[in-house]
Amino acid sequence: MTLANAVAVVLVVGVTMYAVFGGADFGAGLWSLLAGGGESGRRPRALIDWAIGPVWEANHVWLIFVLVVLWTGFPSAFEAIFSTLFIPLSLAAFGIVLRGSGFAFQHSARRPGGQALATTVFGAASVLTPFFLGTVVGAVAGGRVPVGNANGDFVTSWVNPLSLVTGALFVATGAYLASVFLVSDARRAGTPDLERYFSDRALVAAVVTGALAAGGLVALHADARAVFDGLKSDALPLVIVSAVCGVAVLVLLRRGAQRGARVLAAGAVVSVIWGWAVAQHPQILPPSLTVADAAAPSATLKAVLIVFGIAVVVVLPALGLLYTLVQRNLVEETTQPAPPEGSLR
Amino acid sequence: MAFTLGFHIILASLGVALPAMMLIANYRGLRHDDPDAIALAKRWSKAVAVTFAVGAVTGTVLSFEFGLLWPAFTGRFGQVFGVLFAIEGVFFFLEAIFIAIYIFGWRYLSPWAHFWSGVPVVISGLGGAFSVVAVNAWMNQPQGFSPTSGKVTSVDPWKVIFNPAVPYEVPHMILAAYLVTGFLVASIYAVGMLRGRRDRIHRLGLLIPLTVACIATPIQFAVGDTAARAIAKDQPVKFAAMECVQQTHTHVTEYIFGRCTADGVKGGIGIPGLDSFLVGWSTSTQVTGLDSVPPDERPPANTMLHWAFDTMVGICTALIALGAWFGFVWWRKRDIPQTTWFLRACALSGIASIVALEAGWIVTEVGRQPWIVYRVMRTSDAVTHANGIWITFSLVLAIYAVLGAILIVVLRAMSKRWRSDSGVDDEVPYGPDTDVPPVAAR
Ligand code: HDD
Ligand code: HEM
Ligand code: HEM
Repeated sequence: MTLANAVAVVLVVGVTMYAVFGGADFGAGLWSLLAGGGESGRRPRALIDWAIGPVWEANHVWLIFVLVVLWTGFPSAFEAIFSTLFIPLSLAAFGIVLRGSGFAFQHSARRPGGQALATTVFGAASVLTPFFLGTVVGAVAGGRVPVGNANGDFVTSWVNPLSLVTGALFVATGAYLASVFLVSDARRAGTPDLERYFSDRALVAAVVTGALAAGGLVALHADARAVFDGLKSDALPLVIVSAVCGVAVLVLLRRGAQRGARVLAAGAVVSVIWGWAVAQHPQILPPSLTVADAAAPSATLKAVLIVFGIAVVVVLPALGLLYTLVQRNLVEETTQPAPPEGSLR
Repeated sequence: MAFTLGFHIILASLGVALPAMMLIANYRGLRHDDPDAIALAKRWSKAVAVTFAVGAVTGTVLSFEFGLLWPAFTGRFGQVFGVLFAIEGVFFFLEAIFIAIYIFGWRYLSPWAHFWSGVPVVISGLGGAFSVVAVNAWMNQPQGFSPTSGKVTSVDPWKVIFNPAVPYEVPHMILAAYLVTGFLVASIYAVGMLRGRRDRIHRLGLLIPLTVACIATPIQFAVGDTAARAIAKDQPVKFAAMECVQQTHTHVTEYIFGRCTADGVKGGIGIPGLDSFLVGWSTSTQVTGLDSVPPDERPPANTMLHWAFDTMVGICTALIALGAWFGFVWWRKRDIPQTTWFLRACALSGIASIVALEAGWIVTEVGRQPWIVYRVMRTSDAVTHANGIWITFSLVLAIYAVLGAILIVVLRAMSKRWRSDSGVDDEVPYGPDTDVPPVAAR
C-alpha cells in the first residue's frame, strides 16, 4: 500500500469512529427532542443523559481528528472542500456550538423554562449538524467540489438531491444507532419500560434508514455514476454485509435478544462507510483529484502514520478503560433513571 | 479568528492549569487528611468540567475556521504544520478521557487511584499546549519545508516541530497559563474574603493557586525577557514595532508608553540607551528599525502594539511585587497577609493577568503582520475567496457572546450554591452527583 493510501485509510477510520460514536450521540439528541416535554418525556431523557454524559466529550474529538488528518495529509482537498462548501460547514460548526452549550447547560439551568429551551436547542442542533455534514459528503461524492480556493458553486454544490438524501441519511443513521444503543443502556439501568420504548423506535429508525439508503443509491446512480459503479463492483461485498447486518438487527430486536444488536448495528454502518470509500477510490475529490495527487510530501505522511500509531497504542487502551468503567457503572454523572413505578426491583 | 482565539485562549489556559490546582488540593487532602482541601479539589474538578466542555466546543470551531477563513493557508501549509495538530489531537483525546474518569470517578474509585487518574490530565494539558503553540512559533519562525514559494514538495517534521521560536514561546505560554489560572482562582477567593467569608476553605482556596502563580511570575519575567531578545534578532521588524524604533541605530531610547509616529515617540517616559542595552547588554548595540523594510512589510497599529507590550511587562512587574509582598509576610508570619489592601490586590490580579495574556497575543500576532507565515506568505493571500463568509463570522461572534455569558452565569451559580452549602452538592454538567444512591450496590 502506498503511504498516501495508508493515510487515506486512517482518515476513513476516523470517519468511521465519528459516524458510529458521534453519530449515536447526535441520534440521542434527536430522541431527546422527540421524547417531548412533560412527564412522559422525562424518563427517556433521563436515560439519554445518563448514557451519553460521560462519553460524548471523547466521542466528539473524532471530528477534529478527521479535520486534522485531512488538512495534514490532503491539504488541497481540505482547501477545496472548506472554501466551496463554507455554507453547510459553517452551519455545522454553528450546530456544534449550540449543541455543546445546550447539553452542558440543560442540567445547570434552574428554571424549567430555561431547561426546556436548553433541551430544545440541544435536540435541534443534534439534527442539523449531521444533516449539514451529510450534505458535504454528498457534494464530494457527487463531484461538485473543484480543486482550488472557492471554485465551486456555493449553493448547488450541496443543495441537490444526492446531498440532501445523504444529509437525511446521516440523521437517520445516527437515530438508528442511538436507539439500538439505548436499548442496551436501558437494560443496564434496569428499566424494562424504556427498553421497550427504544426498541420500538429502533425498528422505525431501521426502516427509515434502509429506505433512505435505497434512495441514496438511486441518487448516486443518477448523479455520481462512478461511485455507483464502484458500489456495484469492488465494494459489493461490503454492501451485502451491511444489508445482512441491518436485517439481522431487525430480527434480534423483534425477538428481544439480549446481545448482538449493538455490534451488528454498528457493523451495518461501518460497512456502508467502507463501501463508499472503496467505491470512490482512488478519487478523493471526484471526478479528478486522486488520493495520490492530493497527498502531502512523504515525510508528512510518515509522521501522520507514526502519530496515529502512537494514538492507537496510547489512546485506545485509555478509551477502553473509560468505556469499561462506564459499562461497570463505576463512573457516572447524572442520576440513573429510576425503575418504573410499581416495579419490584 | 482573532476573536475566537482570544476567547479560546482563556479557556485553554484554564484547561492547562486548573487540573494541576485541583490535583494539588487533592494531594494535600489525601496526604494530610484534610477535608477542606478535598472539598476544594471537588469543586475545582467541576469547574474543570465546565471549562473543558466549553473549551472543546470553541476548539472545534477553531479547527473549522482553519478551513472556513484561511483555506489557502491551510491548503498550502497544512501539510507542514498539521502534524503538530495531530499530536495535539492525541493529547486532547487523553485529556478528555482522563477528565471524564476523574470527574465521574470521585465516588467509586479508591482515593489514590482516583488521584492518579488525574495526573494524565495535567501531562496532556502541557503536551497539548506545546503542540499548538509550536504551530504559532512556526508561523513566526517558519522552517523545515521547501520550496518557500509555490507548492510545498518536501517537509522535515523535526525542523517544523522544534523551530527556533519554540524554546521561548512554548514555556512562556505554559507559564502564562499557570499564572492566569492561579491569579484568577485566587482572585475569586480573595473577593469572597473581602466580603467577610474568612473560613478555612476560602483561605486554602486563596493560598494554593496564589502560591503557584507567584512562583510562575518571576520565571515568566525571565522567559519573556529572553523572548524579547530573541525577537530583536529573529523578527527585528516586530521588535521595532513593539518598541517604536523608526531608524536603525545605536543608543536607542526605551520608551514606556507614548504615541508612535513616523518621527519618533511622542509623550511617554524615555530612558536613553536602555533599549539598546536590553537588546545587547550595551548601549552601543544596534537596533534594527522599521526603515529596514518597505512600508508594506511593516505591522499596522504601532502604538497599540507598543502599548500592548508595555502593558504585559507592566502587569508582570506588578504581579511580581504582589508575590514579593505575599512571600515576605509568609516568611515572617506563616500566614496570608490579612490586610484588606492585600486582598484587593489579589482580587485584581486575576483580571490583570488575563489582560497580560491577551496583550501578549496581540504583540505576537499583530506584530507578525502583514505576514501569516513570517516572510513566506502574506495574510491577504491566505484568505478564502468565498464572499459572504462575514455572515457566518458574525453568527459565530453572537454565539460566543452568549456562550461566554452562560459560562460565567453557570460558574457563578455554582459558587453561590457552594456558599450556601447545604451539604447536598448540586447538579452541574458532567459533575459528580453526591446524592446518587450507589449503583454498584444494586
Ligand atoms: C499572563 C501573562 C503574561 C505575562 C505576565 C507576560 N507575558 Fe509575554 N506573552 C504572553 C503572556 C504574558 C502570551 C500571551 O502568552 C504570549 C503571546 C504568545 C506567547 O507565546 O506568549 C506573550 C508573548 C510575548 C512576547 C512575544 C513573543 C513572540 O512574538 O514570539 C514577548 C517579547 C513577551 N511576551 C515578553 C514578555 C516580558 C518581557 C514579560 C515580563 C516582563 C512578559 N512577556 C510577561
Ligand atoms: C496557535 C495559536 C494561533 C494561531 C495558529 C493563530 C493564527 C493566526 C492567523 C492565521 C492570523 C492571520 C489572520 C488574521 O489577520 O486574522 C492571525 C492573526 C491574529 N491573531 Fe492569531 N493565532 C493564534 C493565536 C492567537 C491568540 C491566542 C490570539 C488572542 C488574542 C490571537 C490574536 C490574533 C490577532 C489579534 C490577529 C490579527 C492581526 C492583524 O490582522 O492585525 N492569535 N492569527
Ligand atoms: C495557543 C493556543 C492554544 C492553546 C494553548 C490551546 C489549548 C487547548 C486546551 C488546553 C484545550 C482543552 C480544553 C480545555 O481544557 O479547556 C483545548 C481544546 C481544543 N483546542 Fe485549543 N489551544 C490553542 C489554540 C488552538 C487552535 C489554534 C486550535 C485550532 C485548531 C485549537 C483546537 C482545539 C480543539 C479542537 C480543542 C478541543 C479538544 C477536545 O475536545 O479535547 N486550539 N485547547
